Formats: sequence, C-alpha cells, structure tokens
Amino acid sequence: MTGAILDQTRYDCRQAFAAELIDLARADERIVAVCNDSVGSSNLVAFRQEFPDRLINVGIAEQDLVGVGAGLANGGLIPVVSAAAPFLTGRALEQIKADVAYSNVHVVLCGQSPGMAYGELGPTHHSIEDLSWMRAIAGLPVIVPADPAETRAALRWAIGHDGPSYLRIGRFAVPAVNPAGGTFEPGRSVQLTDGDDLAVVAAGTMVSRALSAAAQLRDVGIALRVINMASIEPLDTEAVLRAARETRGVITAEEATVTGGLGAAVAALLAQNHPAPMRILGVPHAFAPTGDTAFLLEHFGLTAEGIVTAARELIGDGLR
Amino acid sequence: MLTADGMQAGRYLELRRRMAGSDIDEQAATLRQFGQDVRREDLAMIQRAGLGHIGSDFSVTDILVTLYGAVLAIDPRQPLAADRDRLILSKGHSAGALYVVLAECGFFPKSELATFAGPMSALNGHPNRTKVPGVETNTGPLGHGFPVAVGAALAAKLRGSRSRTFVVLGDGELQEGSNWEAAMTASHYGLANLTAVVDRNGLQQGARTEETKRLEPLADKWVSFGWDVREVDGHDHAALLTSFRPATTGRPVCVIAHTTKGKGVSFMQDRVEWHHKVPSDQQAAAAVEELTR
Repeated sequence: MTGAILDQTRYDCRQAFAAELIDLARADERIVAVCNDSVGSSNLVAFRQEFPDRLINVGIAEQDLVGVGAGLANGGLIPVVSAAAPFLTGRALEQIKADVAYSNVHVVLCGQSPGMAYGELGPTHHSIEDLSWMRAIAGLPVIVPADPAETRAALRWAIGHDGPSYLRIGRFAVPAVNPAGGTFEPGRSVQLTDGDDLAVVAAGTMVSRALSAAAQLRDVGIALRVINMASIEPLDTEAVLRAARETRGVITAEEATVTGGLGAAVAALLAQNHPAPMRILGVPHAFAPTGDTAFLLEHFGLTAEGIVTAARELIGDGLR
Repeated sequence: MLTADGMQAGRYLELRRRMAGSDIDEQAATLRQFGQDVRREDLAMIQRAGLGHIGSDFSVTDILVTLYGAVLAIDPRQPLAADRDRLILSKGHSAGALYVVLAECGFFPKSELATFAGPMSALNGHPNRTKVPGVETNTGPLGHGFPVAVGAALAAKLRGSRSRTFVVLGDGELQEGSNWEAAMTASHYGLANLTAVVDRNGLQQGARTEETKRLEPLADKWVSFGWDVREVDGHDHAALLTSFRPATTGRPVCVIAHTTKGKGVSFMQDRVEWHHKVPSDQQAAAAVEELTR
C-alpha cells in the first residue's frame, strides 16, 4: 500500500458537502440547513433553490444560530448548522456546550473554511482553536474529513447519528486521498500506507502532505505509515497504539493549534499507555502572520518537507 | 432519566379537565392555590438542600402554575410527544420552582424533590433535559433559552404543527445580547406560535435592573423588534390567563409580567438579598405561615 495520489485534481470539500446535503435532504424532509448569512460561503445556494423553506438564515448572529439549531432539533427536525468555523465555534462556544452537547440534541455543526483557509484575512478569520475547544466538550464527536468523499461520508454519518457532532468542512483545495472513496466511522482511522519505521497520524489538509512525505521518505529507505485520522474525537486509539508499538515514533499533523487538537489527543493516549518518541506538527502558540493559506502552511512547516524533517529528527542516526 | 408518576399524572390531567370546564374566576382561584402549594414545597426543598434561588422561584411561580395548570397542551406520561406545547425556562436558576411544578404535574415522582441538588440527583441546580422529563433544553447560563424556543417554534411552523412554544425570561437576563438576536429572528419568521414571558421583577442578582443596566422603556423595545406586547400583573392569574391567549396579529407575543421577587413572603419581597439566600428555620416557619393564609 503506497498511498500514491494518482489524481492530481484539487477539490474544495465545501462543494462535496453541498452536493451530499442536497442528496440527503431529498430523501429526508426533516433535514434543514441553518446559516448565519453564509448562504454563499457555505455553498448553500443550490440547496436554497431546491428547498427554499428549509434554508433558515438567522442573519449575522451565531449565538442565535446554534440555539435555533438546538430548538429545531427539539421540534423534530434535523438541523445542519453551517457557518465559518471561527465564528461558529468561537462566538457560539457556550451554545455548543450547553444547548447542543450538554442537552444532547441531534444537531450537525459544520465549521466551514477551517484552519487557515481564510489566509490573508488574518487570525480573526482563522479557525485553528476549534479542535481544542470542541474536543474539550463532552459527548461531541469532532470530525476532520480529508477529501471530498470523506466529507460526504462524514456528513451522511452525522445526519444519521442521533446526537450532536462537529464537522470541519475544508475550503483549501485538496486531492482525493482515500483509495476506495469515502467511508466514515467514529473512532476509526484509515491507514493509507504501510510502514514500520515511523507513523504519521494526520487529519484534513495534512493527509495528502503526509502521503507526499511518505513518498519522499520511501526514496531514502524510510517506511512511513500514514494514518488518516478524520475522527479526532473519539480517537482511533487502537490504530495509534499499534503505530506506537510497531514503529519507532509517531508524528501528528493538523492545521490547528498544537495546544489541544489531534497531537494533544495522541500524546495523552501514548504518554499513559505506550510512551513513544513524538513530534506534534501544527500551528504553534502564536497568531499567524499575513499571507495566503499555502504560504502559512509552509511558514509553520505544515508541508511534506516539514513532516520529512520531523521524521529525520525522530529517526536520528540510529536507523540510517 | 426520571419517569412519570402515573397516578399523579392522572390527577393532573383530571385537574386540567376540570379547569377546562370552569370559568376564569374559578380557574384563577385554583391556580392561586396551586401557586401557594408550589411555594411551600419549594421552600421545604431549598431548606433541605441548603441552596436555591428562592426569590426568583417565588417571582416566577404564578407564571409557571398558570401555564402548566391551564394553558400548555401536554401529557406528562408522554413528555416527548411530537406536537406537545413547549415551555422553556430560560432563567434556569429558577429550577426549583420548575421542578416542583413538574412533579405536581406527574412528570416524575414528588419524592424525587427530596434529592434536589444532592449527590447524583437528577435535580441539578439548573435543569437538565437528559435527566428530567418535561425539561426541553438545558439552561443555566443566561440568554440561551430564547434562541432554542425560536427554533422549536420555527420547527412547529415548518411541520405544520399546532404546537405553541413559551419561553420564560428573567428581566436581568435581557441584558444578554443573544435574546435580541432571537427576538429579531422570531419576528422575521412571523412566529405567532411563540410567546416570550418576561418575569419583570426589577431585580437582578446584585441590584435593581435599572441601576445595573437600564431595560426601560422595555415594552417599546419589544414593539420595535416587531412583537405584540401585553403587560400584566404577573401574580394575577386571571390576567395571566388572558395574556397567554394565542396571537391574533401574526406576530410573536411578549408578555411583560410585572412580578415581585420573593412574592408571598413579606420579608423576602422585593429584597435583592433573597435572590439566592436560604431561610433559617425560624424564617422558614414564618414563611410557611404566610404561604398558608
């Protein structure tokens, strides 16, 4: 299993989200979309055309957005609450905690354009804290799909799951990385390459970069196991522990702050069960400088080269 | 999750049948008695637990007993029935009053009230829908119940359900901006099936609302947000009953219920310190005496 990216096309996962949502809404009239003046940025224009009464726009009011979503669920509908990830998770954090998670209602929270997808718009519009914040809330699955097929699968799962969930819906263009199309199960990862030297546990935009790193390392004789961890919470603990047992170290890679996301989840698991050398790649405890998304990912070492460097640090001179 | 007390629920449904056949004065007399019963039970519960929000509870009691006693279309044996009316207590710190009313209706056994706020009790200091039937959403932090009520009312409208939604708001709570987001949404979507009841006792935790952050002219605010406003004495059951009649204009309805914090006990009434003070044994005895008249 080499995990080679054969199709070089790049996809905006928001389009897959929008298409899947329409497909699901045709089959289940309880599904409604709820947004905060984000009809365009959430790619809901076509949904509105087909289901004008089922697109609820509360205007620029995120606390209301999430509360109304919880109320729609109380009233027997299945709300897909969609807004730019920084505002959905930042402004409405307490509503997500109290009205959705603690109240345990079936609301699908979709954070659009997460990470540093809004590049030049700056840290106000970046959503790098969302994984830390959402992971801290009990009973809330946190899902970061890596490509269009996985985005569709995650949305299907969330709409069928009688409880709350948070999905990141990516904007930064990515290739298709999952070999057999998309599947999603909470607490299950997908291993994309074999490898017993090192493992990288990656999510979202970082998965294709991890595959590129694996290809580069293969050329120098290092076998990197790439694990696509779309389910940040619950984590696929079995796959992580196996990676720690079967390789010489674990790298995590996410487009998020390193304070509490995927890396922190993996580190907490390994520290208590199978300590292993680790490198946690993400955005350090700092606000990003000005630049587009590609520049910022490079600036923070969230690239194939960044993963290769981390791998070389972990391997040291011991293996070579 | 607690479950219904079938016997008590039966008595409650019988009460509702009786109320439906009574004139408004008879209904008001029954509701007044219901309110005093709730206050005495609540007082005993707070005494046992050593905590609670007694002033807020007594302020909202007559609003709650009027809604549960004569207005809401509910069946405590089927707390999640799709077309039930919804009551959302946004001022979740008045959980004590709500718990007593729900128990009186038979949503769960009255014996549970003895556990209020104790270790592992279903009856937390603020209401939890995953443990207490009849609770629609978990409130406590202020400014949360109203948007949820808007969503529930909107769902009923979209589903073509006749279900009505009531949300009970504290007046101090209206300082939270999320309420005004919700007020705009309800008005924009023409939610005539939604009634917001403001428990206008004029006091918040630390001082008078008008000294803390002015709410007046409050009725004008609601009118300007596109609501029909009805102002009533929040302890006059007949007036409350009239104010809870369905909307006739296609707009959502705001009932500003003028209330007294600590209502029913002379030494608690309109006193800011009784927001969450626990009465001594002597005070409790005096309070019961007043609430039994």
